[in-house]
Amino acid sequence: MTRRDVFQGIADPTRRMILALLALQAMTPNALAERFDSTRQAVSKHVGILTECGLVTQQHQGREIYYHLNTNKMKEVDAWLEPFRKMWDDKFNELENVLNNLKNKNQ
Amino acid sequence: MMNMNETKISKAASGKALIVTRDINAPVDAVWRAWTEAELLDQWWAPKPWKAVTKRMDFTEGGQWFYKMTGPDGEGQWCLVDFGTIDPGKSFTATSVFADEDGNKAPGFPNMYWKNEFTATATGTTITVEMSFDSEAELEQIVGMGFKEGFTMALGNLDELLA
Repeated sequence: MTRRDVFQGIADPTRRMILALLALQAMTPNALAERFDSTRQAVSKHVGILTECGLVTQQHQGREIYYHLNTNKMKEVDAWLEPFRKMWDDKFNELENVLNNLKNKNQ
Repeated sequence: MMNMNETKISKAASGKALIVTRDINAPVDAVWRAWTEAELLDQWWAPKPWKAVTKRMDFTEGGQWFYKMTGPDGEGQWCLVDFGTIDPGKSFTATSVFADEDGNKAPGFPNMYWKNEFTATATGTTITVEMSFDSEAELEQIVGMGFKEGFTMALGNLDELLA
């Protein structure tokens, strides 16, 4: 099997949401699954992908497994910032439109 | 006209702040108005397909901007911005939080601290937006939401998150 890269890891909105939740606190599989409408299997599959690309680690504490966010891995990734940059790019383009309209009105 | 202005983003050395820069082909006074007058802000502030709808705006030091991000189905999220220092035509600082409809801060989401600077250039204005957080984990939470899709999604999941 081909090893997955980090970019694949963050390419999916559900997986980004999982990362956002794990950024707040480590979670058990059950606690995480409860945050989503999809089945536990579907959430577990996403976590599997995130684990393969090194963004999530699994640690045993007693009988429970906890998912942790691997922040060091995230920091390696410029791609992590790309959706955020794109959001600002769209925003600034809208701002330019507003400013153009403003200019045309004043002419 | 083809837009050639590039939006750049970087993370501050502290790990707790993001810096976004962008050149705009318009004079500083016009850009300043678009950032500080509710009627203009409502036209561009929200990421599509969301719309910002201002309930009240008092752009003064210690004043507040209270607005709702409204989605295509009429659902929405209230946001509250507290203005800090204002250097007219040059820069201002603010703190922004998610809120309920009465303007009380919603639990579970980070405070975002803004510093927005506007500098005149030969062709218009350079805008520098610095967004800082109380911790690196909070910054990662906001970036992780992807803010556009993620922001929309996060709002859809808000009830669950706050439960």
